[in-house]
This record gives sequence, C-alpha cells and structure tokens, in this order.
Amino acid sequence: MVDDIVFWGLAVVSVASGVAVFRVDSMARATYALAVSFVTVGLVLLLFGLDYLGIVVVLMMVMEMAIMAIYMIMFMGMNPALMPMSMVHGKRTAVTVAGLTFAVLAAGILLVDWPERRGAPAADLTLSLGHAVMGSKMLVMITVSAVLFATIVSALVLALPRGRYDTDGADDGDRASGEAPS
Amino acid sequence: MTLQTVLLVAAALFCVGLYGAISQQVVVMVMMGLELMLNGVILAAGAFWWFLSPAPDGQVLLLVVITAMTVEMAMGFAVATLLHRSRGSDMTDMATDLSR
Repeated sequence: MVDDIVFWGLAVVSVASGVAVFRVDSMARATYALAVSFVTVGLVLLLFGLDYLGIVVVLMMVMEMAIMAIYMIMFMGMNPALMPMSMVHGKRTAVTVAGLTFAVLAAGILLVDWPERRGAPAADLTLSLGHAVMGSKMLVMITVSAVLFATIVSALVLALPRGRYDTDGADDGDRASGEAPS
Repeated sequence: MTLQTVLLVAAALFCVGLYGAISQQVVVMVMMGLELMLNGVILAAGAFWWFLSPAPDGQVLLLVVITAMTVEMAMGFAVATLLHRSRGSDMTDMATDLSR
C-alpha cells in the first residue's frame, strides 16, 4: 500500500517534470526539470529493490544535468539560457507522432497477456549483479568498455579545436613547407 | 503498482521525450528529448525485471541502457561543441548538410 502511494507520487512527478522540460521558459529550468524526472525514476528503481542501479541513475543524472546546464549557458550565452525562449519546429507533427506512439504503446501494454513472474530476486541484488558482470555476462561488459573507450576518443576528436585533421588552419603553411607544426 | 501501470508511466515518459526530440531546434534540447526517451526505457526495463523475471540478466540489461545514455550524452555534447565552433550556432536547422 505504501509502495503504491510512493510509486504514484513518483510517477506523477516524473511525467510532470518530463513535460515541464519542454514547457518551461528557460533552458536552465528545463535542465533542472529533466534532473527531477531522472531522480524520480531512480527512486522507482529503489522501490524495485535495485539499490545499486537506482543510486547510479540518481548520481549520474544529477551530474549530467549539471554539465548540461553549464553547456547551455556556455553556448547560448547567459541571457538566452535563463530568459524565456521557445525554439520548436513542426510542433503539430511532433504532438501527433508522440500521441500516436503513446496510443500504440498503451494498447500493447493493456492488451498483451503478460506472463506470471518466474523466479524470485536474489537476497543481495548488488552481489548478484556483480557476479553476473564478472562471470556469465563478462563479454557484455567487455564490449561496453570498448564502446566507452571509443566514445571518449570520438568525443575528444570531435570537440577539440584542432579537429580530426590535427590542424586548426594556423599551421597550414608549415605543413605545406614540410616543417613540423609548432 | 502493477507491470501495466509502470509500463504506462514509462510509455508516457518515452512519448514526451519523442515529442521533444522531434520538435526542438536546439541540439542540446534534442538531446534532452532523447534522454527522456531513455529514461522511459530504463523504467520499463526495471519493471520487466521486477515483475517478470528478477534474474541478474535484467540488471545487466539496465546497465547497458544506462551506458547507452552516457554515450549519447558524450557524443551529443561533442557534436554540439563542433557545431558551435564551425557554424557559430547549436541549432539543428544549421546542420542539414546531408539533406541537400
């Protein structure tokens, strides 16, 4: 009973703050709204007993949203990031597509005859996750680690001023004359 | 709290994110829409794990989804930085080269 009340409270806040992301006046407020939505979903995971993953979601998303707020203010200037703004295109199409998608998903959720629960959760869920990651699912984590490393390299190559050609134009003359770039 | 109710909330989060990803003009706001969609996926994956099969495999799937979200954020920030540096703007309408 208590779980139900807590879940519905978190669900309402989660969806409402999700809607607020695209309704509030400023990008900074939108970032905070998204952070609230993530925190509530992390708390729902805690309700499921997923202590480790719930805490990871909460901590990671709060940090990500803090970085995102800095990005918005950095790229858009202080005023546009904090002042009222509305930058949308194809609003009617977006509402239609999102509404139809929800209708299809809701129909599937309500019409499918979901199976009964199989098995019971382990006594220590974090320990069982650790055993899975370091045992039967190690290949998954090895793949994830390679993807994360590739992401770090790709993001740096894209974001660095010198770009993937290792030149920002300033040393083009040096290259042409065969001299090493300074 | 049943599987259906949790999945309906997850679907609502996914669709709100879908609306944002389609409608927003600023790259970072598009990223926020994608993040919201993945937020719904995380909730749905957690619900499937809890209500259908509470085995460790489901937790690993959740970890993979969270990783996908991290990758999306990192690459999105990198692309936004590149766009801003090369075009002086972070609007999606300024990055339609491939549509020509």
